Amino acid sequence: MAKRKLIELAHARSGDKGDTANVGIIARKPEYYPILVREVTAERVKQHFAGICKGKVERFELPNLGALNFLLHESLDGGGTLALKADPQGKTYSTALLRMEIDADSL
Amino acid sequence: MIRIANGQGFWGDSLEAPVNQVRRGPIDYLTLDYLAEITMSILQKQRSRDPRAGYARDFVEMIARVLPDLVERRIRVIANAGGVNPAACRDAVLGVAKRQGIDIRVATVAGDDIMDRLDQLIQRGIELRNMDTGEPLSAIRAQVQSANVYFGAFPVADALARGAQIVITGRCTDTGLAMAPMIHEFGWKADDWDKLAAGTIAGHTVECGAQCTGGNCQVDWDTIPDMADIGYPIIEAEPDGTFAITKHAGTGGRVTVASIKEQLLYEMGDPHEYITPDCVADFTTIHLEQTGADRVRFSGIRGRPATEFYKVSISYSAGFKAIGSLVYAWPDAYKKARAADQILRQRLERLGLRFEAMRSEFVGANGCHGIAAAEPSPEVEPQLAEVVLRFGVRSENRAAVERFTKELAPLVLNGPPVVTGLGGGRPKVEEIVAYWPALIPKHEVTPEVGVWPNEN
Repeated sequence: MAKRKLIELAHARSGDKGDTANVGIIARKPEYYPILVREVTAERVKQHFAGICKGKVERFELPNLGALNFLLHESLDGGGTLALKADPQGKTYSTALLRMEIDADSL
Repeated sequence: MIRIANGQGFWGDSLEAPVNQVRRGPIDYLTLDYLAEITMSILQKQRSRDPRAGYARDFVEMIARVLPDLVERRIRVIANAGGVNPAACRDAVLGVAKRQGIDIRVATVAGDDIMDRLDQLIQRGIELRNMDTGEPLSAIRAQVQSANVYFGAFPVADALARGAQIVITGRCTDTGLAMAPMIHEFGWKADDWDKLAAGTIAGHTVECGAQCTGGNCQVDWDTIPDMADIGYPIIEAEPDGTFAITKHAGTGGRVTVASIKEQLLYEMGDPHEYITPDCVADFTTIHLEQTGADRVRFSGIRGRPATEFYKVSISYSAGFKAIGSLVYAWPDAYKKARAADQILRQRLERLGLRFEAMRSEFVGANGCHGIAAAEPSPEVEPQLAEVVLRFGVRSENRAAVERFTKELAPLVLNGPPVVTGLGGGRPKVEEIVAYWPALIPKHEVTPEVGVWPNEN
């Protein structure tokens, strides 16, 4: 199977709720959505953010938007004003996830 | 159809955006968000020093600029600019109107401030447990600086029904600010769950200003036209709960299904239940359609009954922090920054300083994406033009944080070579005001709506 960077198939936006980051990824074409559903599992996202995400990862499907939403618990160094991070609100986690390599035969 | 514009996505957003929304095309309502979760504690401190302070002064200055236009164009304004002192904000706005010789009716929505009732609530068994950690508020009661309930759209709609041209609220949901005109104009009821969910999703779409009209948009970002003159969003709302998102003709930016989808996912939790005081909205029911240039139509939205609780936003002091940085230049910039990090840690250790948290990031190498970005490759690493060592500490002990701030500068002369970036002087010690989200039964609090000049 061909390896592709997720950024070729999806765009994304991320934000925060306390110490939880959310990353929403959106299929660039409708036919990419099933590939995202198949490849970008909660387990893979947890593994991708190893060392950053210290809690669980939850995944929600939004087929109407061709999108997946991930909640990355305990991922923002305490979150909000407690965090010492340059990005305490996880605003750059969107493209951090889009660095992931996935199996995608034909695009 | 009514047009509801957003002119402010957060306190600190463009000062020109609300003025442009008023002057560059037709709108019926202008809504503005000034309160971040932490803002309330800053405003609380201001009020403790001056009983006439504690609200968003930017709002009053904005009103002074556009009041004649608002009156001439019959535009009504809704803003959570009241902070912890909506009455003082109202008086300042009425003062502006008086000086300009304009008669207006200004309403306040208050009653959200429960700071003075915390002990009594806790005694009665309302524990205000932290929604994330489950801890009861009693654990940090002594450090609490502000406590405000998030009200929804209905008190604001009530103020509009009573003839207010400007509605100033304390803590109120961003989505409620935008939905209130729909409830008022279309006569939506408190159990019209599908319509309330639609109005809520309209509010969520515009609550971050230009973040839905091409700002911070990843799809073809470099072809988005005239970002310097980016248009802020406008909801074109229909009585049946359908609506379109657009922006004024002639402004920059771009409204597409892609730009809208990105904003819909911003700060999203479980998309099946987006909970507000007004309803529970289901984001998986949204149908989007591009119906024209810079115009996206929403339909099909479903909602469910509201919960029995209001969310409470509590702020509390949580120690001190300081963050500083040093810039290391080619060659071996990353290697030098890492060496400096180790030296700094050893020195802090020798001083016997203890911190609850200590963090170093290497901006330019992998500062934003950390381990997901992995290390720079062996070919790239020695060639990086510069790497910023960003180092922060946090502690309950102010003296320890203060001592840390004096350990960064010496590294310029007594550490790895070719380093700069101390122009700003020693890092500042900041008091940390942290956020404690909790729930309170709705029957414990009542919104207080008042209209001035006094209706009676």
